[in-house]
Amino acid sequence: MRPLVLAVVQLHDRTRNTCVNQNGFCPKWISDHIGDYLSPLWRHVELVVLSVAIGFALAFGLALLARRWQWLGAPISAVSGVLYTIPSLAAFFLLLPLTGFGLVTAVIVLVSYTLLILFRNITVGLQNVPGEVLDAARGMGLTSRELLWRVELPLAMPEIIAGLRIATTTTVGLAALAFFAGAGGLGEKINADITFKSNVVVAGLLCVLLAAVLDLMLVGLQRLAMPWRRAARA
Amino acid sequence: MTPVAFLGQFGDAVDIILHKRESVAGGIQVGGSEWLTLIGEHLRISAVALAIACAIAIPLGLWLGHIGRGEFLASSFANIGRAVPTYALIAFFVAYIGIGFRNVALALTLLAIPPIFTNAYVGMRQVDRDTVDAGRGMGLTGWGIVRGIELPMALPILFGGIRISAVNVVATATLGPIAGVDDLGKPIINANVYGSSGRLAAAMIVALLAIGVELAFAGLQRAVTPKGLKLDDSAAGRRRRRLARPAPLPQTIAQRGGSTE
Amino acid sequence: MTDQTPPTPAPTSPPAGQAATLEFQHVSKQYPGAATRAIEDLSFEVGAGQICVLVGPSGCGKTTAMRLVNRMIELSGGDILLDGASIRDHDPAGLRREIGYAIQQIGLFPHRTVAQNIATVPRLLGWPKARISARVDELIELIGLDPAQTRDRFPGQLSGGQRQRIGVARALAGDPLLMLMDEPFGAIDPINRERLQNEFLRLQAELRKTIVFVTHDIDEAIKMGDRIAVLRPGGVLAQYATPAELLMAPADEFVEDFVGADRALKRLALTHVRDVDLWTPALARSGDATAEVRARLAGSDVPVALLVDADGRPQAWLEEHDLRGPVVGEVSGRHSLVTVERDDILRDALSDLLARGVYYGAVVDRRGTSCGALSIEVISDYLVEHGAETEHPPPERIT
Repeated sequence: MRPLVLAVVQLHDRTRNTCVNQNGFCPKWISDHIGDYLSPLWRHVELVVLSVAIGFALAFGLALLARRWQWLGAPISAVSGVLYTIPSLAAFFLLLPLTGFGLVTAVIVLVSYTLLILFRNITVGLQNVPGEVLDAARGMGLTSRELLWRVELPLAMPEIIAGLRIATTTTVGLAALAFFAGAGGLGEKINADITFKSNVVVAGLLCVLLAAVLDLMLVGLQRLAMPWRRAARA
Repeated sequence: MTPVAFLGQFGDAVDIILHKRESVAGGIQVGGSEWLTLIGEHLRISAVALAIACAIAIPLGLWLGHIGRGEFLASSFANIGRAVPTYALIAFFVAYIGIGFRNVALALTLLAIPPIFTNAYVGMRQVDRDTVDAGRGMGLTGWGIVRGIELPMALPILFGGIRISAVNVVATATLGPIAGVDDLGKPIINANVYGSSGRLAAAMIVALLAIGVELAFAGLQRAVTPKGLKLDDSAAGRRRRRLARPAPLPQTIAQRGGSTE
Repeated sequence: MTDQTPPTPAPTSPPAGQAATLEFQHVSKQYPGAATRAIEDLSFEVGAGQICVLVGPSGCGKTTAMRLVNRMIELSGGDILLDGASIRDHDPAGLRREIGYAIQQIGLFPHRTVAQNIATVPRLLGWPKARISARVDELIELIGLDPAQTRDRFPGQLSGGQRQRIGVARALAGDPLLMLMDEPFGAIDPINRERLQNEFLRLQAELRKTIVFVTHDIDEAIKMGDRIAVLRPGGVLAQYATPAELLMAPADEFVEDFVGADRALKRLALTHVRDVDLWTPALARSGDATAEVRARLAGSDVPVALLVDADGRPQAWLEEHDLRGPVVGEVSGRHSLVTVERDDILRDALSDLLARGVYYGAVVDRRGTSCGALSIEVISDYLVEHGAETEHPPPERIT
């Protein structure tokens, strides 16, 4: 009996090692090492949240400027369009002489990538407010500032949040390259062992899951912020 | 970092573009005319991936758009396509399929399909139903409607999607060296061979290449836009023009579910 | 969610009102780069509590003239005086908070409830919360809707007619000195438009606001206005007169054409059903003895008896075979009953009778109770009696 048990245990051990050795998809290895992914994941979240927040603040400011001075719209779109076109990898290294390796470089590049989408969506959202609502509001005596905060922005929310969703999911994807700029993130985990299937799959899946979670949160925010749309459908 | 030193770095990068020099570790010559080979390889793999993606996505997207099915597919495709990090995709292929030109091309093709498919689909869908109805009333049938009405009006938006994909593919092809493809990413990924100026030079060239591709496809898009649509200043016309711009398209799908009616 | 709400009884004391006088003094407006002026030397006065209708063809500048008053468009020349003070002396936002503004597409805020929409101007004016809430409920009732049901709804949940009324309520909310209304009933179907016009006139009878009302429809102008300003293309005043004067003495060919060839028929819009000597029909209730009904009929102007319910509301005209038995029975499924309100103008009443092809209409008051009968003969009698102002004597009556 005893030799049989020993044989089974040895067989089991070998299988485990074989999984890793043969570079297969090893659930046990994943559950053992999942803790290693938490720190890069957190760094990844930091990168995304920071970049989208700064990008949104900038795009919002630019959109308000373009609302006030119409002619600014085209130049801002053009510049953010160029920034959008430059591949992020190239951008990291173009910035390198200026800002060096680290978080700053990565964030600058990620922010510039979100500008086009967010600026465009905020501007279009503001433009889509029905003309008669603006006319009635102005005719009732709302000042320009009151008009913006009480009427235009609330009604522009769908478009704005749609833009935030796109910007967020795109930034999650791009932040995987941030390690090239020395900023860490899940990409660094992938790079550490790019041929090991389990590693790549876990890191990649975490990215996708992160994007999905952030997207859902934004959808939730949208529903909260717009009770009148739920009511209208009822 | 003083301005002069900063400029110095760029100066050195330009130098390595123009003249061959010794590699960092010594022993081989890099730079100069080698860039042409690298650019060529970069364009080759991008073109192959884009072509295959078009061959798959365009007919599928146009057909589904014409018959009106596949809305869910279009939107989820787009969303997933955006969420998957390109680096993970390449890494996944390297891990599971191995290195080599074909594998990288495959990964890039998968990357390129969603925007083209989505734009083909939406481009066909957004064609004014009344216009199609009028056409049918005049006696046009399936293929005639596609060729005469839907396709011309869908082309600008479709080409907008091809444009987005083209730029994405050129950008992601920079990761080629990870999988053994020696394109413009080589000096970036293998900085120890080319040095930091080589890396900077590659970054500059990639950026310029991406902008060039964007402009080229923008011109192509303008060329296929029927003149009447360019001049269309109605609300529908302006919306059509918006759909054709380079921002990722699914904002309109998100918008349709989220418009303030 | 229909517009078939029964008219609510009027509040016993009207809400506190203010009304201003308005004067246009040689007003002109020229857009930069335009060859001609949009408004040319426009001068007229509107007394406190009056409705002044600006009417004219497209491009005559009526909407522009209205929007000059609350400085949505700035004057090029001349002045507009509100209660004697120039509008230029106020800052635009402050001025607009004193003036009610109702536009054709209404422009309710889709992201705010009905109550919040109506409360917009009071909040801007800084009224205390309690006062605002009371005002909102008061106004919702005034326009014929139920405050409890309506105040927390969103505009997207309301019908077109309801939204129109909320738009009017919103314009009234700050108890403004003056109201500007740009085709406020234009987006409504003709049937409901008539009802809304009547209700609005009832409202005005209580509130007595000064109102500038823009419309392209001369019939609406005649019905609604105390004074009518007919504008020519280019913003030139063609005539400023009461509806009666306009119909009987148009100033020139343009006004005559604009008013229309059927001026005489249009005069029917100047009179209400209640102003006419109505006939009294014999009333019958279910269960009455038919012999009694026949007796009543003998002494009545109308050859058919009107069946009413317990509250006196008309149900149907009784025909010969309804009176055969000893007792009047239940009658249902008749479509020949046309009811006309006392407050309707004769033009609309006649139109209803003719449209349904009936000779007699049952006149009802605001509560729906029968109060007389109208017939085409009654209307023609009235016209003949009051047609003395025309040149031609009435022809011999053909009985």
